[in-house]
Amino acid sequence: MPALLSHRLAVPLVIALVVVALSFALPSNFYLRVAALVWISALAVIGLNLLMGYAGQVSLGHAGFFGLGAYAVAVLPAQFALHPLLAALVGAVICGLIAFVVGRPILKLKGHYLAVATLGFGILIAMAISNEAWLTGGPDGMPVSRMTLFGWRARGAETWYWITGGLLVVGAWIAVNLVASPTGRALRALHDSEVAARVAGIDVARYKVRVFVISAVYASVAGSALALVNGFVTPETANFMHSIELVTMVVVGGMGSILGSVAGAAILVVLPQVLTAFHEYEHMLLGLMMMVIMIVLRSGIVPSLAALIQRRRK
Amino acid sequence: MPEFLQFSVSGLTVGAVYALVALGFTIIYNASDVVNFAQGEFVMIGGMATVFLTAAGIPLPVAALMAIAAAMAVGLALHRLAIEPARGASPVTLIIITIGASIFLRGLGQVVFDKQFHSLPSFSGDTPIRFGGAAILPQSFWVLAGAGIIVLALWAFFNRTLLGKAVLATAANRLAARLVGINTSFVVGFSFVVSAAIGAIAGILVTPITLTSYDIGTLLALKGFAAAMLGGMGNPLGAIVGGLAVGLLEAFGAGYLSSTYKDAIAFIVILGVLFVMPGGLFGRASVERV
Repeated sequence: MPALLSHRLAVPLVIALVVVALSFALPSNFYLRVAALVWISALAVIGLNLLMGYAGQVSLGHAGFFGLGAYAVAVLPAQFALHPLLAALVGAVICGLIAFVVGRPILKLKGHYLAVATLGFGILIAMAISNEAWLTGGPDGMPVSRMTLFGWRARGAETWYWITGGLLVVGAWIAVNLVASPTGRALRALHDSEVAARVAGIDVARYKVRVFVISAVYASVAGSALALVNGFVTPETANFMHSIELVTMVVVGGMGSILGSVAGAAILVVLPQVLTAFHEYEHMLLGLMMMVIMIVLRSGIVPSLAALIQRRRK
Repeated sequence: MPEFLQFSVSGLTVGAVYALVALGFTIIYNASDVVNFAQGEFVMIGGMATVFLTAAGIPLPVAALMAIAAAMAVGLALHRLAIEPARGASPVTLIIITIGASIFLRGLGQVVFDKQFHSLPSFSGDTPIRFGGAAILPQSFWVLAGAGIIVLALWAFFNRTLLGKAVLATAANRLAARLVGINTSFVVGFSFVVSAAIGAIAGILVTPITLTSYDIGTLLALKGFAAAMLGGMGNPLGAIVGGLAVGLLEAFGAGYLSSTYKDAIAFIVILGVLFVMPGGLFGRASVERV
């Protein structure tokens, strides 16, 4: 079993199994919709985890890319009659380019300075989205036209459950391959020590920018998917609180763990849904559970539990 | 010219609050390496508790003292119940804990107080003082004077008292501080209490001008954090200069350029400064050990 789990394809396979198994277990469209939201968040979180968990670079502005992806499938079809899939692609390319251009100066910064720079960058995107009402509908958001593919309209919770689940599995598969590639090893090296990585011949700046671009594209694709599922976009997708939420998902699930990304996304998407039953105590309980999880499982859910199981076995 | 003066005063008033929040960040960060994102909630508790205590018939000065005490108790509880049990966890884990604490305190504020906006009467009337063509609210002087007194008191505390020196020693090197007999755990808890008190005082002073509600903490923490980074993390002087600079940038940006993009202007300048000075205005170049 441990040998099987350490295989490169194990993680995407486990995620695929969970997606398939849940499709039988979930009783109604409402649950399928929540699950689709989990898969979308998990996709963005996997991208951010590549940046944070593997390369050790914090981004407090990732919702900016998420928002750009979401608005790409809203604005481009409405303004230029572009097909939503093409619009999502354009959004991903734009996000990648922006990440490439701002990546070099921003990623020179370290630790908390990097955090505040990415934070400012994300806020600039969020402000542009909510203030340029002629293009984006302003604070009220704007509708997203339904996606049609060869005359078939993608609609209904179940359809989107499978589309987003599929996206997540592909995203996880790409991520595990990336981690196992020379790029992945370079990222872990510069995470441990940039000086040591440079001495070992790694072009630190180039690899940092590369993973920043990749994580921006993940966020953009996830944003596009969310816009298409909801049929509506609001500036909240791009705002600072959403960036914080994504970072929280990474840390709660476990830095440097692809499965952890899915677990973190699942908890922080499902928990608020459950807690709405507690009305005004909702936020207190959410904050309390975040604190308790981080105190008890301080390396994040998946890595902490894995360590616990390993210790039991010995 | 009157315009310039007007924007300067309003910028400095708001900036003084940012500076106090940034100072709170700095004190906790220096003592414990924790970036406390619940710092803005101390400001909320100070303002909201004073509003509700005065509404219950308690005179303003007493209510203000009680609110500060309440914030200090929350600061102590935050350290004892959330930060201390996670001692040794990675900085990112600790940051998420403080974000959880911030969400918790916001929820608590919503339950204990309410979801409305509240104000306090100005401490010395609402008649604006005319000065060089600008109209200045008397409360602005209270905010600026309050911030000035806090800064002077902190300076005296850190340089003139044994406990203050113990805090500085802990900030410089925790292990060495413990070796010379300083109770570092107490010092860290103490720094949370001091930060909470500073935040609460800022909240009480500024509530007559900017109003308060249960959710003002997030934005203040954001601005205070940005201000602290602009000045150079861990540098108290940098926190004050950074806070005032962010306040002034916002006021001038809103006044001369565009009020919808006033936050953007502050952040563009911060990005620009960090690109040139990656350690902030007063930061030192860091050396990485391999």
